[in-house]
Amino acid sequence: MGRWAIAVHGGAGIDPNLPVERQEQAKQLLTRCLNLGIAALRSNVSAIDVVELVVRELETDPLFNSGRGSALTENGTVEMEASIMDGTKRRCGAVSGITTVKNPISLARLVMDKSPHSYLAFSGAEDFARTEGVETVDNDYFVTEDNVGMLKLAKEANSILFDYRVPLIGCAAVTDSPLQMNGLPISIYAPETVGCVVVDREGRCAAGTSTGGLMNKMMGRIGDSPLIGAGTYASELCGVSCTGEGEAIIRSTLARDVSAVMEYKGVGLQEAVDYVIKHRLDEGFAGLIAVSNKGEVVCGFNSNGMFRGCATEDGFMEVAMWE
Amino acid sequence: MGRWAIAVHGGAGIDPNLPVERQEQAKQLLTRCLNLGIAALRSNVSAIDVVELVIRELETDPLFNSGRGSALTEQGTVEMEASIMDGTKRRCGAVSGITTVKNPISLARLVMDKSPHSYLAFSGAEEFARKQGVEIVDNEYFVTEDNVGMLKLAKEANSILFDYRIPLGCAGAAVTDSPIVMNGLPISIYAPETVGCVVVDREGRCAAGTSTGGLMNKMMGRIGDSPLIGAGTYASELCGVSCTGEGEAIIRSTLARDVSAVMEYKGVGLQEAVDYVIKHRLDEGFAGLIAVSNKGEVVCGFNCNGMFRGCATEDGFMEVAMWE
Repeated sequence: MGRWAIAVHGGAGIDPNLPVERQEQAKQLLTRCLNLGIAALRSNVSAIDVVELVVRELETDPLFNSGRGSALTENGTVEMEASIMDGTKRRCGAVSGITTVKNPISLARLVMDKSPHSYLAFSGAEDFARTEGVETVDNDYFVTEDNVGMLKLAKEANSILFDYRVPLIGCAAVTDSPLQMNGLPISIYAPETVGCVVVDREGRCAAGTSTGGLMNKMMGRIGDSPLIGAGTYASELCGVSCTGEGEAIIRSTLARDVSAVMEYKGVGLQEAVDYVIKHRLDEGFAGLIAVSNKGEVVCGFNSNGMFRGCATEDGFMEVAMWE
Repeated sequence: MGRWAIAVHGGAGIDPNLPVERQEQAKQLLTRCLNLGIAALRSNVSAIDVVELVIRELETDPLFNSGRGSALTEQGTVEMEASIMDGTKRRCGAVSGITTVKNPISLARLVMDKSPHSYLAFSGAEEFARKQGVEIVDNEYFVTEDNVGMLKLAKEANSILFDYRIPLGCAGAAVTDSPIVMNGLPISIYAPETVGCVVVDREGRCAAGTSTGGLMNKMMGRIGDSPLIGAGTYASELCGVSCTGEGEAIIRSTLARDVSAVMEYKGVGLQEAVDYVIKHRLDEGFAGLIAVSNKGEVVCGFNCNGMFRGCATEDGFMEVAMWE
């Protein structure tokens, strides 16, 4: 019997001036979610079930950018997306354009298990949700005051969230923190997509990612989080969840490449993660968490920090933000 | 200076009982599109531009399952999707849930070039289209009589289009006519005729694009492999790839990306990479792909019953085929 391992993340690319209070809240949330997953793993809950239940917890908490607390579209609404993948047979499910489903990761799971398709979006996904009887709420449920304020700043910064371009102008936020991601000053960018990767005692790997997407995004914009191979991937060898600049993650098929490097180059998890972070992102900024079927857990990022927590059955546990 | 190469496809998985007339029409369309691309390549049009113009031609012709002639949703409407990728800097653009834009591949191109994002869908994509001033038509424009008939058959066959499951029961003569099943439907109804094009130009730049109406009788909002970068479409410095077939199989095997990944990580050439992914990545799934390399090679591979395809290289090689 193998040994379990689990990792969670709350986004890559952190404002160096993030208030200490917020840093503490983030660490507490990551710790709580890790412990939830650990308890489940000790009860032999399967990897895919652990991924779902941990990501549900992250979505329900308003702190990070998923479910309640999601970043807002240019119209001030919330459009969420998520994907989940079961490494055992590489089954997968994804949703985008979710506006009333309380837990998008669970809807993605239902797409995988109960629909004839792999990916459902917008009103079709919402119809499916109602047919399946999942919990639905008004869109306002997901909108927090914090994010209403952030949206205002993003618009004032007078820069469109370019996935890969440099913005024309900045605002006061720029002088505060000259770091930029996705074309916005990092204090506004809020890339706090969430994710979880798990390997259980049977050596089964699974991964899931959930997000509200980019602050001030265009309606209908789809990022990397619901895209299998980009934001999420799981195989017999590993489970991977990514976060950061969506376009960079998509064009580098970041999550898939961790597994591909292991499969095609025959290297281990740490080497594969180091390789993709170093070689696949070009000028893009992103991070990822990954587990292997051997019970290893690895985090990697080339951005300014990543909210993350990892634990293994050996008793290792760590919650961190910076290098 | 390198040598150009181009390939086009009109879907993988062909009904062995497809009427000869239809087979001829398909070959003529593929030939016409190839020639269009060849003429452009001889005029030094860039790979990405050739991909777009060839796919526009495939979308405009009602024969295959893209643009006009798209498969219908369960409600009898058309929802199209497409993606395009420029291997040079691995830039990409994609759209889904397109209902009024005449050429989805061009909208995907605009997402890549003119929007701050990589992928736009449904009403957001349609709004973007209007702002960009692309050609708009009513949804009925895309609906053909043929497909209205196909939808009826699909519903009568009493099987939901399972991306990867075996249907519980197929009614209808269709099953006895052609026991081949793809995506849970008899092949005579399945109509997987997604279209695609891959090109390498004289500068050695690779590009790829894919466009489709998706699965016949699909649920509203269903997204398949065609707009997903790494699944249906991929291009890098080394190659350009476009896939077609069972959507779920292509997604879970990240088929297009894997051709390039095998070349990059195992250091093998295009033919070997294509053979490898077709053999090892699809498991029980059925699909096909076309690919070009920055060396001017062109390769097609598929594990299903035929694939509509055409290939040509600057050396003078040209072939349009359907079966093995």
